[in-house]
Amino acid sequence: MANFFTDNPDLKFHLNHPLMQRIVELKEDFYKDKNEFDFAPQDFEDAMDSYAQVLEIAGEICADIISPNAESVDHDGPTLKDGKVEYAKGTKENIDAIVKAGLMGISLPRKYGGLNFSIVPYVMAADIVSRADAGFANIWGLQDCAETINDYADEAQKEKYLRRVCTGDTMAMTLTEPDAGSDLQAVMLKAHFDEDRKVWLLNGVKRFITNGGGEISLVLARSEEKTQDGRGLSMFIFDRNDGGITIRRLENKLGIKGSPTCELVFKDAPAELCGQRKFGLIKYVMSLMNSARMGIIAQSVGISEAAYREAFSYAQKRIQFGKPIIEFPAIYEMLAMMKAKLTASRSLLYETARYVDIYKSLAHLSNERSLSKEEKEEMKSYQKLADMYTPLGKAITSEFCNEIAYDSLQIHGGSGFMKDYPIERIYRDARITSIYEGTTQLQVVAATRGVTTGAYLNRMKEYENVPIKPETESYRNILVHMTEQYEEAEARVVVQNAEFIDFHARRLVEMAGNIIMGYLVLMDVQRNHDYWKTLEVFLKFARSKNMQNATFIGYSNLNDLGKFKYNIAK
Amino acid sequence: MDAFKIIVLAKQVPDTRNVGKDAMKADGTVNRAVLPAIFNPEDLHALEVALRIKDLFKDSTITLLTMGPVRAVEILREGFYRGADDGILLTDRAFAGSDTLATSYALSCAIREIRDFDIIICGRQAIDGDTAQVGPQVAEKLGIPQITYCEEIVSLNKKQVTVKRRLEQGVEIVACNLPVLITVNNSAAPCRPRNAKRLMKYKHATTMSKQQETGGDYLASSSSHTHLNIKEWGISNIKCDTAQLGLAGSPTKVKKVDNIVFQSKDSKRIEDLDEDIGILMKELIDSHIIG
Repeated sequence: MANFFTDNPDLKFHLNHPLMQRIVELKEDFYKDKNEFDFAPQDFEDAMDSYAQVLEIAGEICADIISPNAESVDHDGPTLKDGKVEYAKGTKENIDAIVKAGLMGISLPRKYGGLNFSIVPYVMAADIVSRADAGFANIWGLQDCAETINDYADEAQKEKYLRRVCTGDTMAMTLTEPDAGSDLQAVMLKAHFDEDRKVWLLNGVKRFITNGGGEISLVLARSEEKTQDGRGLSMFIFDRNDGGITIRRLENKLGIKGSPTCELVFKDAPAELCGQRKFGLIKYVMSLMNSARMGIIAQSVGISEAAYREAFSYAQKRIQFGKPIIEFPAIYEMLAMMKAKLTASRSLLYETARYVDIYKSLAHLSNERSLSKEEKEEMKSYQKLADMYTPLGKAITSEFCNEIAYDSLQIHGGSGFMKDYPIERIYRDARITSIYEGTTQLQVVAATRGVTTGAYLNRMKEYENVPIKPETESYRNILVHMTEQYEEAEARVVVQNAEFIDFHARRLVEMAGNIIMGYLVLMDVQRNHDYWKTLEVFLKFARSKNMQNATFIGYSNLNDLGKFKYNIAK
Repeated sequence: MDAFKIIVLAKQVPDTRNVGKDAMKADGTVNRAVLPAIFNPEDLHALEVALRIKDLFKDSTITLLTMGPVRAVEILREGFYRGADDGILLTDRAFAGSDTLATSYALSCAIREIRDFDIIICGRQAIDGDTAQVGPQVAEKLGIPQITYCEEIVSLNKKQVTVKRRLEQGVEIVACNLPVLITVNNSAAPCRPRNAKRLMKYKHATTMSKQQETGGDYLASSSSHTHLNIKEWGISNIKCDTAQLGLAGSPTKVKKVDNIVFQSKDSKRIEDLDEDIGILMKELIDSHIIG
């Protein structure tokens, strides 16, 4: 039987990272649930065994049900009937299997019906599901929103909504409006408290809402009259069963067609305030977006995996000029590069997931007991790392995902352009990853802080001092050299004005990303020497790419701003 | 609300669907060592039929009964992961070498020991023997009616079950009084996936003899978590005539096993014209190769 977890040794490799010991003991709060819940782990080994076995269930469903359904789901898509979304037949089968397997509410506490898994195995499931069908990964992955309820809602709300998520209710993150996309401060959907009914009522329009017809939504709305900016926004939990919502239209999209993208009209729709008033954007959306971005990194890696595998298998089977095309340098060069980007992306994904895991577990523990001084420092440093790596990861892995999908289709030649092979769908699905949950350009804005504060550079310097096997020293020398080059480019840019920094930000963030991923794969080689070939290929790519960016920056000065602007003016 | 006591018969079999070249030993018997042991596929369909009854009638119980070596406890766990409430491993040296007659005798004795049941469900046949005899023989021995080749249960109440049978020429809807034994085809709905929570709950479940064998770490916890103890029955737990068990109770004697390689005897070329293809289709239908 096919299995998307067991057929990919890279997953087990990342699952068994040494940091998992700490991650699991924090998540399980030293295994305190073992006497209360018959499915809670007894110890670390037991928890890890459960992670692996449950991922095997996910891998089996992905290979046997979700992946085979992907083509028909892409073709049929969801439909709109009387203001309600009807999923495609395949999507319904997928949801049924996922719910029966108990794979909703994976990371939620056991007392609400969740599995209380740490972020790493949850992200791994997202990686696997995205490989099977990126569009379905959205419907499934929106259980992320429940994390925000778990973090900020009151006990009664948690009891009410988290249970439902764990038994299969799907969710939506209802933020975007026609005039508030990247700039969410401009959200206008109105929330007012009805004194007679003692309930908040929502009125307005939301657009581009993934799974907008889901049972439970988190809605960002303007609760404070006469405000214009983000400080007037609050977060609401909306229950579809309470009515007041119509789905006006479903978008006809390029990719991820199985995932319904809705335009919603709220008309006196009753909703519950989540957390504190006025903290909607500045606190809760930030939390939502961080986990959503992590989800997109996982999705990008999953799509990259699918695209790489399609290319690899096609290149082996396709015979031209008397031999399989994989034997031609033009093809194997592309495949090796794709694999290197995929491997580096995945290392960045799980490294980031581990950081999020530790700081979030500590944050939850801090609600139950006071943390020791060491724990507080641990939480702070991992949160800082998570904030640094998340936008970097979202920007880089989603761009890599697009490149890998592009090259995979290219390897298919004319066949790739036809609907006969899965790569055509994968290529279309890949395109959204660098757009939603913040475009690459916006991720770069967030990541630029890591450039200007020197945080990325400090991280590289830390990696320089990690003990490694002597036979891998030569790889580190390359990375040390790349770091010097980055430092020089950074210094040249950062001393100038803000516009100049923004002008070169993407180049600098890419350079930082390539070096950090290089180090991560170097660390992978320490644990499994088989990764050395991938590291070599990746370093060849990364070094030349950084050289290119350094050259651009090296020959650039403030005058460029005017020249570039002038060049596009009418 | 009605509730039903359901017994599902299941067998652990070597996975003959993906056989390599070393799947058979030189003497023509199955080399079980190299083939992974799995839940017989049609028995999984049978389990799903039972689980769907339980979905509708929530207080129903499903007891999984399997006969085999100690290792067969694996499929009981698989059954627990998917929703079975109870499992019994029927294992004893005395059962070794049983053919279908002796197997059905042992199973029927175990079912008599369970006593209280409304429906017995099992796969039509096991992929290692393909006899399709055990289910019907169990029904005969228990003196209850049987419905074979079930694809779907159409309706069910405390008195009667209505079943859709999938036959070569079409479907047949039949009704029958309870208690009844039903054998299920592979055209029935595939079994649901394993459930994450149930997996974590039951993954350490095993039989007492297996626990003693491994001296496992979870021995202590299994006495406090009774769900981790899987029932293990030998001949001392069932009322039976030992002469009807195992090799002694098996009239089937394998005289010889031949390896047969299917090969085409003659070939025929046709042109890709509609007319020629039409003639070929007619020939294939007339000779019952397709149709």
